Amino acid sequence: MITVYVPRDSAAVSVGANEVAAAIQREAGAEPVRIVRNGSRGMLWLEPFVEVETDRGRVGYGPVSPEAVPGLVEAGLFEGAPHELCQGVVEELSWMRDQQRLCFARVGVTDPLSTTDYEANGGLAGLRRALELDPADVVTQVTESGLRGRGGAGFPAGIKWNTVRSTEGELKFVCCNADEGDSGTFADRMLMEGDPFCLIEGMTIAAHAVGASEGYLYIRSEYPDAVNTMRRAIDIAYAHGWLGENVLGSGLKFDLFVRVGAGAYICGEETSMLESLEGKRGMVRSKPPIPAITGLFGKPTVVNNVLTLASVPTILADGPQAYAGLGVERSRGTQVFQLAGNIARGGVFETAFGITLGELVNGYGGGTRSGRPVRAVQVGGPLGSYVPTSQFGLPMDYEAFAAADAMLGHGGVVVFDDTVDMAVMARFAMEFCAEESCGKCTPCRVGAVRGVEVIDKITGGEDRDGNLALLNDLCELMTDGSLCAMGGLTPNPVRSALTHFPDDFMTNSARHEEAK
Amino acid sequence: MAVESAGTSVAERVRAVIEAHKGERGALLPILHGIQAEFGHIAPEVVPMLASELNMSRADVHGVITFYSDFLAEPAGTTTVRLCRAEACQSVGAERLVADAEQVFGVKVGQTTPDGSVTLGQVFCLGNCALGPAAQINGRMYGRMDRARLVELLVRAEGGEETA
Repeated sequence: MITVYVPRDSAAVSVGANEVAAAIQREAGAEPVRIVRNGSRGMLWLEPFVEVETDRGRVGYGPVSPEAVPGLVEAGLFEGAPHELCQGVVEELSWMRDQQRLCFARVGVTDPLSTTDYEANGGLAGLRRALELDPADVVTQVTESGLRGRGGAGFPAGIKWNTVRSTEGELKFVCCNADEGDSGTFADRMLMEGDPFCLIEGMTIAAHAVGASEGYLYIRSEYPDAVNTMRRAIDIAYAHGWLGENVLGSGLKFDLFVRVGAGAYICGEETSMLESLEGKRGMVRSKPPIPAITGLFGKPTVVNNVLTLASVPTILADGPQAYAGLGVERSRGTQVFQLAGNIARGGVFETAFGITLGELVNGYGGGTRSGRPVRAVQVGGPLGSYVPTSQFGLPMDYEAFAAADAMLGHGGVVVFDDTVDMAVMARFAMEFCAEESCGKCTPCRVGAVRGVEVIDKITGGEDRDGNLALLNDLCELMTDGSLCAMGGLTPNPVRSALTHFPDDFMTNSARHEEAK
Repeated sequence: MAVESAGTSVAERVRAVIEAHKGERGALLPILHGIQAEFGHIAPEVVPMLASELNMSRADVHGVITFYSDFLAEPAGTTTVRLCRAEACQSVGAERLVADAEQVFGVKVGQTTPDGSVTLGQVFCLGNCALGPAAQINGRMYGRMDRARLVELLVRAEGGEETA
């Protein structure tokens, strides 16, 4: 039997993976070919990326179009024969070899919905270990690992868990924030589509650790494939006794439900997500009280991002020291960096904190897709700063980025070439905030609208100095006065664009003058 | 909204959706998704029914519906095209694609063609940020979009074919 892997990941499917799989099945004819629809390896520029199991290991081909399949099969695809699309043995590719995949260890390797694959590749080891431990010890291990929230804020996960654990309550919740709305991020989606049991395992460990009996996974509606995969995986997990009344025979009761967002970016903010889970408008709550004490329906609640929870099984399985041994300073373990936008080799690259921005963008990423020089990259999503190439030596580390007035966030990196107009991007940041603000606080709701107007005046040449000062004041007010990160961080892209690319904010006529 | 449809009244269909989710915590959002899926939009007539079934005020129900962009007040066209306009897609020409699409369909973003065949929408991120510009056509995601591919996919979608 020949095993061929064709990803089911929605990014791969978006460029024809389903048609490629059908073409391979058709061309195989009488050959005994088994097609496994795996997750994506994360080398998205090679999608659809087809792999064939051989004696040498899995040999990869990409990007494969349906039209190329007959030629590939004729050239000896099923034996892993050479071809112009052949990339070699996948595990030996420098992109794969140089990564330290903990969170993404199984993504792209296994059939996402196969419990056999999951257990054969280390799945459930963390949960089994956790169930042997006292809940307080599980929390201690997570704390000792140095794991920080991967959603962007970087709050230590163990400290949050400890608050929930030590808060009295008959009913506690674990909520996973899978409202991955930031442009340039797709690792949550790939994990959910490529290794859903890992997230279920992480949430179950969290439930055991804090004493929660119900979990909610809030996935944005823009991710229908992730919703389907997670729902199927949860059904399978129940059928195998991994969820429900008596998890793995341990006596732990944990029920897990998927809830789907409805197109509101703000619901990625944790308190807004809780409101949405309660069936309300996604309005941000003031803090305190913090969700760990007064969370979903007023009960103590763990709210963590997908990758935070998906990192937990490996921490329990291999011990906190192994995890804490990776990384730099206070950024421990690995981060799943996402290379996006105008980039030659985009995808996910999981490695220890500390790798430089330049190594990621120019090294592994290969510079821009357009072939033009890189001008700016936005790190950490729409609320992150624009970083010029002069800062490409920055290590990917929460504190190093903060010290450079930037934000590492969730590790999403969006690359722009030299055709980008940074005044347009700054204006877009304000426009986006105006569009997506929940409207609860004035600095965000009104400030963003005024921000668009002021930037228009600046680029229109109307009292440039006066309006620049006004924009600066406005940014300061939004930073200090907004209720949440939406209004509070929107000044990041605006101010960084102004600081690093001031020429873009001159009027067209002024730029023309300058060029003379 | 028609009062009778396929033998089952609107009220009965709404009640069936409510029944399916009533036991869930925070049931309103799952119910609204169910109604959106059942009818293709959430008509104003449904609001009082939801309010009385869920023991909420009509204002509260209306407030929730209008907060979320997924819940449509009117049905969309036969084919819904949503183009991603977030930063990563902008860096590879999303705005050009939006301009092309507006020209091809003869409507602006947010509008439906007069014959009701296509609704042109926008979306901020589909999670396909390394293969942009990204688009979603009738719920399915596509990458590496340009004008020619958009037109080709539309022709196929109208023919009921699903392919990349």
